[in-house]
Amino acid sequence: MATAALGTAMLALPPGRALAQPTPLARAIPSSGEMMPAVGLGSWITFNVGNDPALQAECTAVMAAFFAGGGHMIDSSPMYGSSQAVIGRGLAALGRPAALFSAEKVWTSAGSNGPAQIDETRRLWGVERFDLLQVHNLLGWEAHLDTLFAMKAAGRLRYVGITTSEGRRHDLVEQIMARQPLDFVQLSYNPVDREAEQRLLPLAAARGIAVIVNRPFQQGALTRRLEGAPLPAFAGEIGATSWAQLILKFILAEPAVTVAIPATTRVDHVRENLAAASGPLPDRELRGRIAAHLGAL
Amino acid sequence: MEPWSTYRLDDFLLFSPRVYWRLFEAQNAALWPLHLATMLAGLALVLLILRRPGRAMLWTGLLLAPLWAFVAWSFLLQRYAGINWAMDYAAPAFFLQAVLLLAAAVMPGGPALGRRDAVSRAGLGLAVAGLLPYPALALASGRPLTMAEVFGIAPDPTVLVTIGLLLMARGRWLALLLPIPLLWCLFSGLTLLAMREAQAWPVLAGAGLATVLAALRLAQPASRR
Ligand SMILES: NC(=O)c1ccc[n+]([C@@H]2O[C@H](COP(=O)([O-])OP(=O)(O)OC[C@H]3O[C@@H](n4cnc5c(N)ncnc54)[C@H](OP(=O)(O)O)[C@@H]3O)[C@@H](O)[C@H]2O)c1
Repeated sequence: MATAALGTAMLALPPGRALAQPTPLARAIPSSGEMMPAVGLGSWITFNVGNDPALQAECTAVMAAFFAGGGHMIDSSPMYGSSQAVIGRGLAALGRPAALFSAEKVWTSAGSNGPAQIDETRRLWGVERFDLLQVHNLLGWEAHLDTLFAMKAAGRLRYVGITTSEGRRHDLVEQIMARQPLDFVQLSYNPVDREAEQRLLPLAAARGIAVIVNRPFQQGALTRRLEGAPLPAFAGEIGATSWAQLILKFILAEPAVTVAIPATTRVDHVRENLAAASGPLPDRELRGRIAAHLGAL
Repeated sequence: MEPWSTYRLDDFLLFSPRVYWRLFEAQNAALWPLHLATMLAGLALVLLILRRPGRAMLWTGLLLAPLWAFVAWSFLLQRYAGINWAMDYAAPAFFLQAVLLLAAAVMPGGPALGRRDAVSRAGLGLAVAGLLPYPALALASGRPLTMAEVFGIAPDPTVLVTIGLLLMARGRWLALLLPIPLLWCLFSGLTLLAMREAQAWPVLAGAGLATVLAALRLAQPASRR
């Protein structure tokens, strides 16, 4: 029933990492072959803590646990209030971890405002350049993609992407994916939101576009709904010890998916989420059972 | 653009309730015991309006205008703006309201307070509710009193008390003085609703009631306003 993840490679353990934590499964970014640990870290709401020093320290602790557990990608956006500044402080406090893969967005309707917004975002993170910049929710996408591709050509950016969520504007996402040389697309996908399976995931696989999965837990609504419900026996077959892990394993078993980016305020959750990216993943049949089980709850 | 119908209220919420309520805890810790002074001043104002309505608008403006500016600066800009970029727009609106309140207080022909009709009594009720029971909503919602919202320190009770007092005024100034407070109540009520806080209802109901009452008052013939 449960099979080990196919077509995935393991990252080497950097020196000094606690052996107790298994290295997360990593997937190749199709446009470069660079390996990416398959669980990243989102920052919507969870990292928007403003000037509250105690909560900022909590976010830094989450980031520390994330890097210690082998995570690379942190995702944010100018839309997320203070999250960018909080990430910047955290990175500084952690001595700017070399493992960081910075995934940011441009979010402004006017194309002419894009470069200034990106500069400000860079300042907040305290990074020289971003690994990935995405056009947030396709807002002003034509002008911003011109900017991002030009930045990439000039060596000021490594990857270009677009984002959507909750199934919005998939028609336009599909058109852009088909026509533009994107490195990444970000969309919502989980056992109960599977619209992306219809066209976007196959297209991403065919075009060699890396897929970032947002809202794996429906912004926590899904995990909250499942709280208290007994974990089905088949979770044990793939080593999932919580609903969150079962959901993440469902997502990561989709071959077109490169990385899922759950957000959390909790160190134990970040560890739990990273741990979902090790051990076996469900096969097709088990994925069907997971989706059916969650749909029925 | 995608139709707005595909968005839910929560899609616009940028922060968690925990972070939001901690803003008030920090504000209260930084300003205590100023709360006692703002609440006493608010109560004194209510008494003044009831006993000596003649000069009450001057004192109302002189008290409320600095409090609106103070809340805008100390809470909206220093704290709330950190988690909600909408405060970049709300804070200037609060400063503008402060100017309007001051103008209403000192300009000849400004509103006179102290009417004794049904609208006025409802306004009095709203003002007293914003001053006294409002801070206790924290306890009723299971939050500690250290997170309470107090008139002159936090925006919602400051705005509700202002609306209540203004409903006791005569003249056309209401049309100028009420829009910003009412818009704030709508914004804040929807924010609380998105956070699934029952407290959204007093804020929205207070604003809804005030809108109806103000409309009634403005619809009256000029001599009876
Ligand atoms: N259009 C876009 O570009 C777009 C749209 C949406 C999201 N995103 C990105 O995708 C990221 C993820 O989406 P999201 O934040 O909306 O939702 P999400 O990751 O599905 O859910 C986050 C919630 O899940 C809870 N959670 C995390 N790990 C858990 C665990 N192991 N067990 C139980 N609960 C857990 C967290 O609560 P705790 O804090 O208690 O752990 C948090 O409230 C965002 O942060 C953002 O970076 C992008």
